[in-house]
Amino acid sequence: MTYALVDCNSFYASCERIFRPDIKNKPVVVLSNNDGCVVALSKEAKNLGIKMCEPWFKIKDSFSKKGGVAFSSNYELYADISSRVMQTLEYLAPKIEIYSIDEAFLDLKGIDRCVSFQEFGFQCRDTVQQWVGMPVCVGVAPTKTLAKVANYGAKKYPGTCGVVDLSSRERQRRLMSLMPVGEVWGVGKKINQKLYSMGVVTALQLADMDIKLIKNKFSSVLGRTVMELQGYPCIGLDERPSTKKQIIVSRTFGKKINSLQGLHEAVSDYTVRACEKLRKEEQYCQMISVFMRTNYFRQQDKQYSGMLSCKLNSPTNDTRDILNAARSITKKVFKENYNFIKAGVLLSDFYDDGVSQSDFFTPNLDRLGGKDLMATIDKINQTGIGKVTFAAQGLEKSWSMKRSLQSPRYSTNWNELLVVR
Amino acid sequence: MTIDYLGNATEEDLPLLKIPYFLNTVRVGWPSPADDYVERPIDLNEYLIKNVAATYFVRVSGDSMINAYIGDGAILVVDRSIEPKHNKIVIASINGSYTCKRLLLKPKICLVAENPKYSPIFIEKEAELEIAGIVIAAINTY
Repeated sequence: MTYALVDCNSFYASCERIFRPDIKNKPVVVLSNNDGCVVALSKEAKNLGIKMCEPWFKIKDSFSKKGGVAFSSNYELYADISSRVMQTLEYLAPKIEIYSIDEAFLDLKGIDRCVSFQEFGFQCRDTVQQWVGMPVCVGVAPTKTLAKVANYGAKKYPGTCGVVDLSSRERQRRLMSLMPVGEVWGVGKKINQKLYSMGVVTALQLADMDIKLIKNKFSSVLGRTVMELQGYPCIGLDERPSTKKQIIVSRTFGKKINSLQGLHEAVSDYTVRACEKLRKEEQYCQMISVFMRTNYFRQQDKQYSGMLSCKLNSPTNDTRDILNAARSITKKVFKENYNFIKAGVLLSDFYDDGVSQSDFFTPNLDRLGGKDLMATIDKINQTGIGKVTFAAQGLEKSWSMKRSLQSPRYSTNWNELLVVR
Repeated sequence: MTIDYLGNATEEDLPLLKIPYFLNTVRVGWPSPADDYVERPIDLNEYLIKNVAATYFVRVSGDSMINAYIGDGAILVVDRSIEPKHNKIVIASINGSYTCKRLLLKPKICLVAENPKYSPIFIEKEAELEIAGIVIAAINTY
């Protein structure tokens, strides 16, 4: 077996750079919802000493003075660029597994009959850069865990030009001896600490551990990791993206809400978004939950956190039915005289189209034409010309998120295209 | 015989019971022989876009490319996967911003406007020029 792991470099920051040649070598950070803290940063920003999760208000002034550029997160843009990267990889490799928004595993079986793995790695890197404008690193190895090791090397050492082929055992061992054990795929904080206390510091030391001992002291999952580090493939390629089992849409408000009407609007807005996602997955849900909470960090406030669920008569993905349910749950979860800072909607208990047995005497059967209506609304909302919203979402949305530094949605909205002269 | 009026049979707060019935008629018989010849409607995306992953749209501002039938406000279809060649219309990055011009490689590397009002931009070092993509179509709306 041979796997490649293709991983984008500073993905969010690189997305922002595709349309902004003027910030090519400048420090770039991307901020979390409500511009709270740093969630992604470019190499140049790292070199300024900025860390992940640092609160934005603390570094704002000094960062701007040093020529840094900050963006509010623009998930529409990131999702579109991610799908372009994956499409390009699908064109290059016979089988791919999309592992996260910015990583994919490729199955390279048989490719070395045409080109060397090293050469194929460079092909991947160059094609994704050329077609999408996204810089990536490629790690090639006989197991997925070792492909992660290879990618770590490709990212860490500029001399590799972003491609590392770990086909030979000798090279695997050399790189693992330089890699802290905490960086190994599947080794979390707790396991790392326990290994450390046992004197295991590098990835190579872990690879040389006795598998029986690891399985006894830790788990069979970590045993599998050790096997993979030794070069025996245990984790295969998962080509089919598993259908979601639940959908959550939740946000922190731009400012606190204490009225039921305000919460109705916010919850309705998240419900509409969750239903859009549900239809995109081509699923029908029968369970809906609503949760809301106050701000834990404001100790002077009274604290409350609540969640309630409701089972619908039959599975649906019609926004109107789910909105109705969300509304009645919100009324029940809500409590007077609390300052709410976050709310969310969770859809679960999914069914495929047509799987549910409809009951002849259930009054709320599929609304006539409901499917077409929802499809039409989704289509209109994707064009960017205008938006069809449900009255329950409210008009002013005074509670909505702060995203003061957001870049245009260059590739997903006709009104926000890049302008050239 | 006397009749006592007791009230309506259904009260307003009782939910209406809806009983579904089939709106679509069921057809019985042979399928139409024309079914095999049904074609999809013409799709402009199919005509304009060759490589979905590598294609972006950008909007033009100004009249510098007017003689190449690219007007102010036109939307350009830009394919990043095509190799830049002599005489192609390109999106290039110059001094930190993107511009649409015709790329000439000989006798000297330069970017020229399609409008005599603008003078050509000569590129001294090849490293200064970055081509972001090739313009494969322009959509003007009237």
